[in-house]
Amino acid sequence: MDAIILQILNGLDKGSAYALIALGLTLIFGTLGVVNFAHGALFMLGSFCAVTLQKILSLSFTVEDPTQKDFLGNPLKVDTPYIVSWFGDATGNAILNWSVPLAILFAIPVMLLVGYVMERGLIKHFYKRPHADQILVTFGLAIVIQEIVKYFYGANPIPTPAPDMFRGSLDFGVLIGFAQNEIIYPYWRLVYFLFSAVIISAVFAFLRFTTFGMVVRAGMADRETVGLLGINIDKRFTIMFGIAAAVAGLAGVMYAPINSPNYHMGMDFLVLSFVVVVVGGMGSLPGAVLAGFLLGILESFASMNEVKSIIPGIDQIIIYFVAIIILLTRPRGLMGRKGVMEE
Amino acid sequence: MLGLSKKDTTFLLVVIFLTLATPILLQPFPESSALAQFNAGYPDLMQRFAIFGIFAIGFNILFGLTGYLSFGHAAFLGVGSYSVVWMYKLLNYNVVPGLVLAIIMSGLFALFIGYISLRRSGIYFSILTLAFAQMSFNLAYSVLTPLTNGETGLQVYNNDPQVLMSEGSPTSPHFFGIVMNEATKVDVGGWQFTFSNGYYFCAIIAIIVFYLSLRIFRSPFGIMLRAIKTNQTRMNYTGLNPRPYTLAAFVISGMYAGLAGGLLAAMDPLAGAERMQWTASGEVVLMTILGGAGTLMGPVLGAGFIKYFENIFSKINDNILHSWFSALPDGLEDFVVFVFHPFIGKGWNLTLGLLFMLVVIFLPGGLIEGGTRIWNAITGKNRKKKREDAAHHPKPTSHVN
Amino acid sequence: MGILEVSNVNKRFGGLQALGNVNLDIAKGTVHAIIGPNGAGKSTLLNCLIGKLIPDTGTVMFNGISVLGRKPYEINQLGISRVFQTPEIFGNLTVFENMLIPCFAKRDGSFRMHALESIAAERDIIEKAEHMLAEVNMSDKRHMTASSLSRGDKRRLEMAMCLVQEPKLLLLDEPTAGMARADTNNTIDLLNQIHDSREITMVIIEHDMHVVFSLAKRITVLAQGTPLVEDTPDNIKGHPKVKEAYLGEAAA
Repeated sequence: MDAIILQILNGLDKGSAYALIALGLTLIFGTLGVVNFAHGALFMLGSFCAVTLQKILSLSFTVEDPTQKDFLGNPLKVDTPYIVSWFGDATGNAILNWSVPLAILFAIPVMLLVGYVMERGLIKHFYKRPHADQILVTFGLAIVIQEIVKYFYGANPIPTPAPDMFRGSLDFGVLIGFAQNEIIYPYWRLVYFLFSAVIISAVFAFLRFTTFGMVVRAGMADRETVGLLGINIDKRFTIMFGIAAAVAGLAGVMYAPINSPNYHMGMDFLVLSFVVVVVGGMGSLPGAVLAGFLLGILESFASMNEVKSIIPGIDQIIIYFVAIIILLTRPRGLMGRKGVMEE
Repeated sequence: MLGLSKKDTTFLLVVIFLTLATPILLQPFPESSALAQFNAGYPDLMQRFAIFGIFAIGFNILFGLTGYLSFGHAAFLGVGSYSVVWMYKLLNYNVVPGLVLAIIMSGLFALFIGYISLRRSGIYFSILTLAFAQMSFNLAYSVLTPLTNGETGLQVYNNDPQVLMSEGSPTSPHFFGIVMNEATKVDVGGWQFTFSNGYYFCAIIAIIVFYLSLRIFRSPFGIMLRAIKTNQTRMNYTGLNPRPYTLAAFVISGMYAGLAGGLLAAMDPLAGAERMQWTASGEVVLMTILGGAGTLMGPVLGAGFIKYFENIFSKINDNILHSWFSALPDGLEDFVVFVFHPFIGKGWNLTLGLLFMLVVIFLPGGLIEGGTRIWNAITGKNRKKKREDAAHHPKPTSHVN
Repeated sequence: MGILEVSNVNKRFGGLQALGNVNLDIAKGTVHAIIGPNGAGKSTLLNCLIGKLIPDTGTVMFNGISVLGRKPYEINQLGISRVFQTPEIFGNLTVFENMLIPCFAKRDGSFRMHALESIAAERDIIEKAEHMLAEVNMSDKRHMTASSLSRGDKRRLEMAMCLVQEPKLLLLDEPTAGMARADTNNTIDLLNQIHDSREITMVIIEHDMHVVFSLAKRITVLAQGTPLVEDTPDNIKGHPKVKEAYLGEAAA
């Protein structure tokens, strides 16, 4: 029992990441009808927003500290971040420490802008082209973004720690009546799950309760008619693209402490997220979220030693395997609508 | 001749000549000149031209003709490589049994994956093939380690059976005694030409499979595949079942990929799982599109283009750039070098990605279409008509039609 | 006994009775039109004839063989060809290549792996295709890409692709929909000419009365999913039940 709960918890954070990326993919696909292979790159850019902010905040100047001497007897050179010297020791270090959560504020405008530029500059010209062309051009874009990041940040993963407060783990088992240390769950993963839940709810609420959201949903159902009603649907769809980019970016920012950002993490997540979207049902937002969590948890179960000893290697292929089964038995995915992408 | 029209025969002869003369043609600069770094006439690179040419020709039979975009063809490449290395381990270093096994195994593998994946079309097909390839890749790394030797990669060890190995047998891949990595070097004036056994082995196979693909393009089967790309409804109501046609195309292209993978191992007796990764599948897509999907020569050109510039760009460094632009004033020189810097050396992938985007955006027909456009602009022939044609007909068949 | 027999066909979509007890007997060699107001079930009936929909009850027999549940390509191989509302042709291929495909399908069946044979060597197929193109006056357009043809020419090409297979039954789904008057008349002439020269059985779904009365030998009027009357064109004109179906109770 405790093992099952533990695996569900372990699946939640990865599932959250899948769900957030798949949500963005579906938003783009549903509104614009574009298959965006560069969406993983947006997730990766989000992670690097966290890295960038951390780097900016720790920009330092060097002072000679006369009170300390190195072994030759010269005054020791000490790096002091500007932040610390401006705000004083306590505040400055706290800001530094909280650089990942702060990066959310930094990432939102950056990612909205990236999304806007991407849609206006590139994707716009591909609405009427075949899906294969869309896949290809966004695939090319993904390579370009990835390589640019590699150029500036190098090929190695960059550790981006969470605030000290969230290091360590929550003894979740004790809360529900198990013995100590049976079910422990790192705080940051809990934060990540809650954060995703908030973002997902926000996106749904936005689509459900605002006029803007209503128009976008109408446009997803029948773009032409909404256009004929005299509504500038294109402009809204551009904004939707920006929002989808921001969702992917935020997913990336908060994922940085879980998995040190590297330039190819986007591609790794992209393949799986596409599988998630297809399993959930192309064009279905609830489907994307559901499938994201489902597959995340499934993956975590498959990596249990007990399971692996029965079916070796199952953890490596479970997601793909499930995707293949679902595509063959329920071609529209778990919650897909009729007529989406069925040329 | 050979069941081809006169035009096609001439075309094939030109291709054969170019392929066989590659070691000379790609060595245009004398060894001592500064431009010698642009030479491409060394065995390793030329072999890659031929092998990836085969890979792309096969991919084109599926994607170029039927329009089904597979993102999983690297899996067949990997299967081919593993088959060949296994034959080294069990029999001896003769490449023939391995290559035969590579084609059979990848064909069976493609039959299985294709049978399932082709139940869906469009993006679903792409994702299914991608899922299968990633599954194969992951399995090759983990559970199938006894077969694939996991991360280390499959290679021949001293204690392998090698039952056909006798005293005098070559200890590296060979074709009935012709050792692949041996070469004849010829010095003519300042030029040095390398005629490598391995290259000619690959080149002759490439010519054969190119000839086969030419026949397929000109066959009723080829027309059926193009019909599938255009209109499956009409296809059905004309009394034709599209699925076996697509499956046949998928299996053929899978066998081409398996052969290419086998040849990779025939040149270098190693096989690693990274060959099956989806980035490798992406690469063959790039080659085909860049050259011109649906054309005969396009994929070969694309493969050659990518492999050549990959090689050149990776060799260029800042010092070379500085020497090129040394005529410019200092500040400007530094600036130019600074601008070019991200694209060279390890930045080759960036260049490739950009190039690929530009081709998809502006030149959906690839290099072949570009060439046709330039040719028409120069000759001024049918200017208006061609442009109209290109709009309706994004894959010009150019000079090979 | 007719070439196509529809008996007791019923089809429901949820609460809607799309087809109720449809019986049709289409004689060999005739031109039979099925007309009716919008929503009368014409398209549903057509879809049952080509295997796209399976009726809840009843049978559809073509020359004594049931077509129900068969794949479109199987039905074609039985000898039924179909012309669509918007011409379905192979847009990226040339006109001539478009003609070759039905010729191969007729000769080789639904699949044949002829990957290493050359088209140029298929003399009889090429001849057949060229002959048919000449018959519909399109020989001069043989090298054009099919998608660049005018709408009327696309329709002719589609018709030629169906006819070259020498079908026993030709289904036409609003063959003149969206056409200008001149094109419509050309199409009518073409169809009449085809019928006169080959005696192909044709079933036409149409609501343009001009087309119907210029072509049909027999007409079935469908209303609310059931056949009202079946008779010759002359008797259908002015039939009170037909007026009622089209114009409502008040006119009757």
